[in-house]
Amino acid sequence: MSSLVLRQGLVVGETTHEVGDVLVIDGRIAAVGDVGEVPTGTKEIDASGCWLGPGLVDLHTHLREPGREEAETIESGAFAGAVGGFTALVAMPNTEPALDNVALVSYVLDRGARTPLDIAVAGAITVGRQGEMLAPIAEMAALGVRLFTDDGIGVQNPSLMRRALTYARPLGVRLAQHCEDEQLANGGSMNEGAVSSRLGLVGRPALAEELMVLRDIELVRLTGGAVHFLHLSTARSVAMVVQAREEGLPVTFEVAPHHFTFDETACDGFDPLFKVHPPLRPARDVHAIREALRSGLVDAVATDHAPHAPELKDLPFDEAPAGMLGLEHVASLTYEALGASPGTAHLFFTLLSRGPARVAQLRNSDARVRHSGHGGAVVAGEDANLVVFDPHQQWTAHSATLQSRAMNSPYDGRELVGKVRATIAKGQLVVNDGVLV
Amino acid sequence: MSGNDERQTPQGDLAFFARNQLLTADDVGRALKRMAHEIIERNHSTDHLSIVGLQTGGKPFATRLAALLSEISGAVVPVGLLDVSFYRDDLSRNPIPRSAATTIDHDLTDRTVVLVDDVLFTGRTIRAALNALSDWGRPRSVQLAVMVDRGHRELPIRPDYVGKNLPTSLDEAIVAKIDGVWIGTRGQA
Amino acid sequence: MTNSIRGGNLLSLDGVTREAIIEVLDTAESFVEVNRRSIKKVPALKGRVVASLFFEESTRTRLSFETAAKRLSADVLSLAVASSSVKKGESLRDTIATIDALGIDAVVMRHQSSGAALQVSRYVPHVRVINAGDGLHQHPTQGLLDAFTVRQVLAERHGTTGVESGAELFDGLRVLIVGDIRHSRVARSDIAAYTALGAQVHVAAPGTLLPEDIENWPVTVVDDFEDALQWADVVGLLRLQRERGSGSFVPSLGEFTTTYGLTVERARLLRPSTVVMHPGPMIRGVEIDSRVADLPASIIERQVANGVPIRMAVLYLTVAGSKEEVVS
Repeated sequence: MSSLVLRQGLVVGETTHEVGDVLVIDGRIAAVGDVGEVPTGTKEIDASGCWLGPGLVDLHTHLREPGREEAETIESGAFAGAVGGFTALVAMPNTEPALDNVALVSYVLDRGARTPLDIAVAGAITVGRQGEMLAPIAEMAALGVRLFTDDGIGVQNPSLMRRALTYARPLGVRLAQHCEDEQLANGGSMNEGAVSSRLGLVGRPALAEELMVLRDIELVRLTGGAVHFLHLSTARSVAMVVQAREEGLPVTFEVAPHHFTFDETACDGFDPLFKVHPPLRPARDVHAIREALRSGLVDAVATDHAPHAPELKDLPFDEAPAGMLGLEHVASLTYEALGASPGTAHLFFTLLSRGPARVAQLRNSDARVRHSGHGGAVVAGEDANLVVFDPHQQWTAHSATLQSRAMNSPYDGRELVGKVRATIAKGQLVVNDGVLV
Repeated sequence: MSGNDERQTPQGDLAFFARNQLLTADDVGRALKRMAHEIIERNHSTDHLSIVGLQTGGKPFATRLAALLSEISGAVVPVGLLDVSFYRDDLSRNPIPRSAATTIDHDLTDRTVVLVDDVLFTGRTIRAALNALSDWGRPRSVQLAVMVDRGHRELPIRPDYVGKNLPTSLDEAIVAKIDGVWIGTRGQA
Repeated sequence: MTNSIRGGNLLSLDGVTREAIIEVLDTAESFVEVNRRSIKKVPALKGRVVASLFFEESTRTRLSFETAAKRLSADVLSLAVASSSVKKGESLRDTIATIDALGIDAVVMRHQSSGAALQVSRYVPHVRVINAGDGLHQHPTQGLLDAFTVRQVLAERHGTTGVESGAELFDGLRVLIVGDIRHSRVARSDIAAYTALGAQVHVAAPGTLLPEDIENWPVTVVDDFEDALQWADVVGLLRLQRERGSGSFVPSLGEFTTTYGLTVERARLLRPSTVVMHPGPMIRGVEIDSRVADLPASIIERQVANGVPIRMAVLYLTVAGSKEEVVS
């Protein structure tokens, strides 16, 4: 028997919060509030002054295994996630080879089961993410895969996307789309606008994203299939999806921390750390996304954690690969973006835990994929996936001390407020005092 | 007032603060006249003489000396200007001096060159000038005329004609112009 | 804002002030004189090592820089990277580290990627980096030499010298830049230089060869090219950057020549005082008719001749005196 008690944290529910203790026994929450006498040998964690809520869930993690283990492995990514407060990660399928069949998905699930976290898998929509033939979606769905995407690139062919939605709908799975029309994006390496034209870098126009968002909303309307929009980065994209959701279409969307933290001027120094797709946008889009976060319109914050080996980020800006790290800083950045208003704690857990768990269908445990339940309420009987977040702690991000194998964090040297104090995944204390146990 | 002795030890854009005027315009004029006579006496004639002023402080003195020599001898004495910025050996230690034009329109081979500068200090400008001169031919001899010799030589260089010897301390500054010579200090304006 | 390039890098003309540009132009005048001597060499950079690192071959620019460095008595390490083992995909940090290990004071760098020179300057802060053209971004020495050539020609006409005229002759000067602005690093550097010096810059090009946000640039887009030829004081033509894909931005070279080429007929519209420039290499018959390139109005040969003195000035100002200043 293993047991653990978290003392005097602010237990954050969907709408309520109350200071109390949380007792965890054998992977489940045994009691909340006044927990009474605890078994002998129970580990005590002081959570006073901290938020205590459901463990964070990332809808968008590039774990790079198999194929790019020099940048990240499933294990190193899981440790980075744990330090960032995550108890579940959705592994993106743009590995080498791509996760487009049962064998590869099983491999990642097996490796994931050896980490302290729950590692879910998003399968590829098309074979090899080539955008030409449908991947065996039904077989992967039978294995427990709930999310499919060709992320890194969107499904460019509208006819194929329509077919994928029609095929996926009866399976109860969701397609996640990286919205950028590659022809309009023109091989560009940053946002198209005043900065790109001054720097002489080919730009990716906002319209490349917005056209595909519009296209996929209409395909959802046509087919009834569900789409999750990955890392929306412009005010118009967000407005279109919010509107479609209000109309009752089965659409959800996420935003990434870099899109609400940096604007396009971050690319001014030609530092490839700031190269990402979709690109960092003008300040007005950054403000719009922050506004959407605060007003509760966003379904999920997702990291798009994209590790790259250091030598690749020493290439010239236009040749360097796109993407940046996010797992270890997203909680602080989200807290910073939300501001210290009364509802912040509830919104924080909605964006980082409940929302993504709902999109990825990770709410309930699933024996097929050996997953526990995530994003639930902090009440007795739930699986013990929990995070203790100290909203007062000030700290400085340092890329040299990351758990991730890669160093391509754009947050190096940034002063942050709010830090993950402890992570309890599947009932085990994985992170304590901000470091791996 | 702007002096040019920062070319002896380049000091960037520090301003000169005059303390005393040591020579008047008349004193400078008399000194130049005496130096012109000394030059003729020593070289017997002006036939093979070329006057070369160092940019930019030596320019007015060189022009005046050449005029005086022509007047005394009745023959035209050619005058040129030499910029030594690119020949200095202290570029890496001091701010880069502003360069000015070099205007030497005749071959100096077999000429007797009189280098003219305003103030002689460490001698490094003259060393640079000797190097630069060699790019313009091979003079029979090179002589040196300065309005003020303030001492503190760092190289074995000695003037042949001196307007005025002025012992100074290292923290003092000298400004020598056609209309007078001043002593003072340099500092931020 | 950069008020002087002394002891620093030269990566871009963006944000370089009038004062700093005039300093380079005035210094270059001294080197024009040095280049007229029978011994065209001064010892200013004796003992310094300048590496030329051309990831993209450009014989003219490389020769011009290397000649400039040698006339300043620097030792030159010439690395024709474009034809060596260093190929697209090698980390810039590794490439520069290898060369830095040879003990260099400055690197003159040409690269096909925008920003590459600036990235390299971050990896070797103790080395002066001079951008000899990076992607579509900047070609600062070309911008400086174009401004220098214009000032030289105008000063001669006004019976003065470049140094004496300072930036005066640029005041209100109408400069018309024609052609592939979008893909041109020369255009970005020229516009920065002319604007800083007080000229009015106008551009003429098919819509597809203008950058998307041209309205934010400090230039005016002319609607009527042929009308503009009648009032422009300076006409700067740009090379059509076919290797950067400008081919697909206009239907054909022929159509470009028909609409924006400086043909013999169009050259007749120019006032006698107007000067015509081209950064080279020219595609005769496309941007400029061969006969126009050889007219007296054309100062293209002077641009070529001024390459060495302007690059001597840039190397002298950035490299001489740099080391100790960095330490202090």
